[in-house]
Amino acid sequence: MSEEFKVEIVNPEKSFLVKDDVSEVVVPAFEGEMGILKDHISIISFLKPGIIKILSKSGDENFYVEDGIVEFKNNNLSILTSTIFNLSDMDKSKQQDLLKQAEEEANKTDINDQSKYLADQKVEVLKTLN
Amino acid sequence: MASLDDLKKRITSVKSTQKITKAMKMVAAAKLRRAQESAEKGRPYSEKMNNVILNLSNGISDKENAPKLLSGTGQEKTHLCVVMTSDRGLCGGFNSNIIKKAKSYFAKILDEGKELKIITVGSKGNDQLKRVYGDKIIENISFKESKNVNYFDADKVGKMVIEKFEVGEFDVCTIFYNQFKNVITQIPQAQQIIPLNNEGEESSSEESYEFEPDEDEILSNLLPKNISTQIFKAMLENSASEQGSRMSAMDNATRNAGEMVDKLTIEYNRSRQAAITKELIEIISGAESL
Repeated sequence: MSEEFKVEIVNPEKSFLVKDDVSEVVVPAFEGEMGILKDHISIISFLKPGIIKILSKSGDENFYVEDGIVEFKNNNLSILTSTIFNLSDMDKSKQQDLLKQAEEEANKTDINDQSKYLADQKVEVLKTLN
Repeated sequence: MASLDDLKKRITSVKSTQKITKAMKMVAAAKLRRAQESAEKGRPYSEKMNNVILNLSNGISDKENAPKLLSGTGQEKTHLCVVMTSDRGLCGGFNSNIIKKAKSYFAKILDEGKELKIITVGSKGNDQLKRVYGDKIIENISFKESKNVNYFDADKVGKMVIEKFEVGEFDVCTIFYNQFKNVITQIPQAQQIIPLNNEGEESSSEESYEFEPDEDEILSNLLPKNISTQIFKAMLENSASEQGSRMSAMDNATRNAGEMVDKLTIEYNRSRQAAITKELIEIISGAESL
C-alpha cells in the first residue's frame, strides 16, 4: 500500500497547487507545527504565519503562508489561504518587502493582542528565511 | 423629405457609431473570457470554504453560544444591503436588473417597518439609488482604479461590513449581485451573508472532525474570512456578468446601426433618383415647348 495522499492548495484567485503523490505535509497550525501523514484523522485547523513543507516523491516544496485553514479528510488535504508564496520563487527583495510590512504592522500600537501576536509571528518567520 | 446632404451626414454618423459599438463588443468579448476564467478559478476556494463551515456548524454542540456571525443577533430590526454594480455604463440591463431586485427588497423591508442601510459598491448603483434612497446610503465604494477584481478589494469591503456588525449597526446583511449564467442570461441575486443561511443544505459527510483549537475559535476566525470570500465571489460573478451583458448589448447596437444604415441608404438613393427624374422632366418639357 502506498503511503501517499493528495494535497490541494487554493487561494481566492485560483487553485494554487494540486499534488497527489505527497508523503508528508508540515503545516504551521495555530497551536504549533503539525505534520500530516496518510490516514491522519479528519481534522480542521487554522494556520498562523509560517512555512508549509510538502514532501513528495517528485521533490520537496516549501511555501510561505500568512493565514489559512487546513482541512484533512479521506486522505485529502485542503489548504485555503489568501496569501501564499512559493519559497523558490521568492527572492531576497520580496522577503525584505514582506518583512518591512510585517514589522510596521507589529510596531503599531493600536492593534489588539491577537493581531499583534500574528504580526510578531510574521516577523519571526521572515527573519529566519533571510 | 430631408435633403441629400442631410441624409449623407446621418449615414456617416451612424456608421461611425457602429464602429464604436463594434469595437466595444470586441473588447468586452476579450474581457469576458478573462473574467469568466477567473470566476471559474475562484470557485474551488469559496466551495471549499462553504464546505468547511458547513461541517463546522453541524459539529458545533452549543448552538446558543455560537458566534453571532453565524446565528445572528437574535433580532431582525436593521437590514444592511450591499448593492454591487459596475463602475461603467453601456452594459445593457446589467445595472438596472440589480437595482430593480434591490429596490423591491428595500420596499419590502420598509413596509415591514424595519430600518434600512445601504452600501453601494460601484458608482453606477450609487447614481441610480441616491435619488430615492439617498439618505439610506451609508457608504459608497468604487474600485475604479483596480483593473481586475482582486481579493484585497473584496477583503476591504468584508472588513468594513464586519466592523459595522460588531458595533451593532445592523442585524441582517444581504448582498446583491448578478450571477453569470451565460452571455445572454445574468440572474440578479440577493444573498444573505449575515447571519449565515445554511438551512436546506446538508453536510456531505457524516464524519466527525477533530478540531484544533476548538470549534468556537475556528469558527470565529473563519466566519469573517467567509464574508470576504462571499463578497469576492459576488465581485467575480459580477464582472463576468458585466462583460457578458455589455457584449450582447453592443452586439445588438451594432446590428441596429446596420439596419439603420440600410434604411437610410435606401432613402438616400430614392431621393437621389427622384431629383434626377425631376431634372429630366424639366429638361424634356423645356425642349418640347420650343
